[in-house]
Amino acid sequence: MADQPTQRGRVRPAPEHFLTEADITAVKEGRRDFLRKALISASAAMAAPDLARAVDGDPNILTLPPWTTSLGQPVAARPYGLPSQYEKGLQRRESPGLTRLPQVSVSFAPLQGLFGIITPSGLHFERHHQGWSDIDPSKHRLMVHGTDDGFVKQPKVYTVDDILRLPPVSRMHFIECGANTGMEWGNVAVPTVQYSHGMLSCSEFTGVPLRLILEDCGVDWKKAKYILAEGADGSSMTRTIPIELVQSDEVLVAYGQNGEMLRPENGYPLRLVVPGVQGVSWVKWLRRIEVGDKPWATKDEAIHYIDLLPDGQHRQYTSTQECKSVITTPSGGQILLDKGFYNISGLAWSGRGKIKRVDVSTDGGINWRPARIEGPTLSKCLTRFNIDWVWDGKPAILQSRAMDETGYVQPGYGQLRAVRGTKSIYHNNAIQSWKVVDSGEVSNVQVL
Amino acid sequence: MSRFSKTLITLAILASAGSASGDGKYAGVGRGALPAEIHAWDIDVRPDFKGLRPGSGSVAQGEETWEAKCTSCHGSFGESNEVHTPLIGGTTKDDIKTGHVLSLVKGDAPQRTAIMKVATVSTLFDYINRAMPLTAPKSLSNDEVYGLLAYLLNQAEIVPADFVLTDRNIAEAQARMPNRNGMNTDHGLWPGTSAARGGIGNGGKPDTKNTACMSNCKTEVKVASLLPVYAESAHGNLVEQNRSVGPVRGKDTSGKTPVAPAAASENAAATRLATDSGCMACHGVANKIVGPGYNEVAARYKGQADADAKLAAKIKAGGQGVWGNIPMPPHAQLKDESIRSLVKWILSGAKAQ
Repeated sequence: MADQPTQRGRVRPAPEHFLTEADITAVKEGRRDFLRKALISASAAMAAPDLARAVDGDPNILTLPPWTTSLGQPVAARPYGLPSQYEKGLQRRESPGLTRLPQVSVSFAPLQGLFGIITPSGLHFERHHQGWSDIDPSKHRLMVHGTDDGFVKQPKVYTVDDILRLPPVSRMHFIECGANTGMEWGNVAVPTVQYSHGMLSCSEFTGVPLRLILEDCGVDWKKAKYILAEGADGSSMTRTIPIELVQSDEVLVAYGQNGEMLRPENGYPLRLVVPGVQGVSWVKWLRRIEVGDKPWATKDEAIHYIDLLPDGQHRQYTSTQECKSVITTPSGGQILLDKGFYNISGLAWSGRGKIKRVDVSTDGGINWRPARIEGPTLSKCLTRFNIDWVWDGKPAILQSRAMDETGYVQPGYGQLRAVRGTKSIYHNNAIQSWKVVDSGEVSNVQVL
Repeated sequence: MSRFSKTLITLAILASAGSASGDGKYAGVGRGALPAEIHAWDIDVRPDFKGLRPGSGSVAQGEETWEAKCTSCHGSFGESNEVHTPLIGGTTKDDIKTGHVLSLVKGDAPQRTAIMKVATVSTLFDYINRAMPLTAPKSLSNDEVYGLLAYLLNQAEIVPADFVLTDRNIAEAQARMPNRNGMNTDHGLWPGTSAARGGIGNGGKPDTKNTACMSNCKTEVKVASLLPVYAESAHGNLVEQNRSVGPVRGKDTSGKTPVAPAAASENAAATRLATDSGCMACHGVANKIVGPGYNEVAARYKGQADADAKLAAKIKAGGQGVWGNIPMPPHAQLKDESIRSLVKWILSGAKAQ
C-alpha cells in the first residue's frame, strides 16, 4: 500500500458495484492487483474507456463533463425538490419476514448514509398499525375531554385551523420505536444498521404544548394523573401518558416537521410528540385526548410493547428510551475501500435528557477513546459523534458507548441480558459492535 | 342539506360559547364539545371497565360473527398463524387458577399468543371494538363485540360454551384470565410519578449499571454471535443500499458476478416496477408470502389464451378466492401500461434480468 498514492483526487476510480467475492480475495492477496482490476472493470463500464489517458491524469479532470460544457436545467423544474438520482440507495426499507402485512409493518431509516442529526422527512422511519391515510385537514378534529366531569371544566373540539392559531414552539427531538434493535435481543439477525437501529429518526417538530391546550379546557391538574392519546387511523391507536410529562411542557400537539407540515406517514395533520418516550406513544393522526386518573392498558400497552423477562413476567408501561448509541459508518454490510484514515461517525441519544459523552472502542471494548461531539447537544435529541481512526488493515471491532446527563452508561449485551434475558423484544439499548476484517468488510457481531 | 346547515348553526353557537370556556386566554380558538360528539369518539374501556357500554353476546352468537368476519385472518379457533400471530393457545386450566401462564415461566412456548400475554379482558374488548376487522374497523355492533369476546374466551376455556358475556359479568371473566397476574410494573422505564407516590414504576431507576471504563477494561473480547450466512443476503443487495461515493461502499450480496451496468432489461424494469409498486410485499418470485408466488401464478395460467387480460383485471380491481380468503387489494393507481408489463413479466417467469 505504501507506494499507492493516497491523497485525494488520486487516479483510482471507486470500485462501486464491483466488489465481488473474487475482488475481495484479490484484496486479501494484494491490494494493488485488486485496484488495477477494479480500474479496468470500472473503465470498461464507461462509454469511452481511455486507459492511456488515465496515466496522464484523471479523465474527469482532463475531459470536461457535459454539466460543465452545457446549459443546465431551469429553476422550478421540480417544484418540490428531490434527491439526486445518485442517492437512490438511501431509502427506507422493510425487513423481509419481520411482519406479514405491509399495512401493519415497519420501514427502517437508512442510518448508514445520513449525516448530522436531522432525518430527512422522506426517510423518517415508519410504523403503522393499520395502514396510513392522507387525512383531509379540513375534516380533522382534536377533541379534549375528561374520563368524568371534573377532569376538565370545558371539553373542547379544535379544528386544525384552531391548533395553528395557538402560540407554537419548535423543538428537535429523536423518536425511536420501543422495538428498535428488537430483532437482536437473542443473537445477530440483520446485516446493516438500517435494520438494526433504523426505527430511529430525529426532526424539528413544531406544535403547541399540550399543557396549553389542556389549560384552555380548564384541566384540574390535581385530579389529572394520566392522559389517553388516540389516533384517527383505522386502529385508533391509544396510549397512556403520565400527566407529569404534559405538565413539564415537553409534550406537543405537533403539525410541523422540519419546516413543513408533517408527512402523512408521520401523522399529518396532527401528531403527539412525547420526547424521550418510545415512538408508539407519539400518537399519529391525533384526534382525541382524554384526561383521567388511571392507566388504560390499551392493546399496545397490554399485548404489545410489554417486555418479557426471564421469570415469565412482562414489564408493563415501559416507555422511556434509555441512553443508547450506534456507529452508523463504518457499519454492517459496508466495505472500507482502503487502509488509512477514516472518520468513525455515529449517533447517541437518551430519553432521560442530554448526551454527556460518547466513547469509542476499536478493539471490542478493551480500550476506549472519547469521541468528538458535533453540533448541538439537545435534550432527548440525537447527538452526532465523530472520531478519527487510522485503519491498519487488521481486524478490528468498532463499538460506541454513550453516557447521558444522569450519569447512566449504555450497557453491554452481557449486562442487559443478565437482567432482561433474550426475549424482551423491546428496549434493547445494548452496545452495538461492528467487526472489520482484513478485506475491509464490516459485519454485525455481538460482544458480551 | 338542511341538517348540515343546522349543524353549522349549532357549531357557530357553540363556537361563541366555547370561546368563553377554560381560562379564556385564547379567545375564539376551539369550541365546546357536544355530548353526542364525546359519546361518538369516547369508546375506550379501562381495566376497571370504566367506559364499557352495556350489552351482551353469547359464545354461539360470537361464533357466527367470527366465522363471517374473523376466520380469514385468525383461523376458525383464533389459532391461525397464517396472517397474524395466534390469538388463542398456550394456556392451561392451571394457568386460569394461578393467573400466571406457566409456559412463559418455563420459556418453552414456540411463540406467545395474545391470550398468553394479556392480563386484562378490557384490553380485548377495547381493541376488537376500535380496530377490528382489520379492513373495516369500527363496523361491529356493541353486542357483536361482546359475542366475539365471549367466543374467544370460550376458545381459551375461560368461559363455558353456553356463556353469555355482559357488562355485568365481564368481571368474572377477568378473574379467570390466565395471565392476569403476569404483569410487572416495578421498572425504571415509566417517565411519570412512581408507584410509591401513587403512579407506576420505580421512579426511573435503571436496571443496568455500566461504568465508563477507558483502558484495559477486559482481558478478552467474547464474540457471542455473528451474522448468520443466510442473513447477509436476506435483506437484498447491500451495495444498492449504500451511497456510491464516500469512504465505504455497500457489500455486494447479490451472489452474482457483477456485469457492467447496461441499459436496464425489460425484466429488470418489471422487477423494479413490482418492487416499487409494493407487489413484492405480498408476492415472492418463487414463494408464497401473503399472496401466491409468481411461480404459482405463472403455473396456474400457463397456456390460457386470456391469461393476460384476466390477470391485468385482477391487478387493477383486486380479487379474492382464487388463492384463499385473504383479498388482494385493488391497484387503481397503476397505469395500464405498467400492469401490462407486470403481467408479461409474471407469466414469463418473473426473471430478475
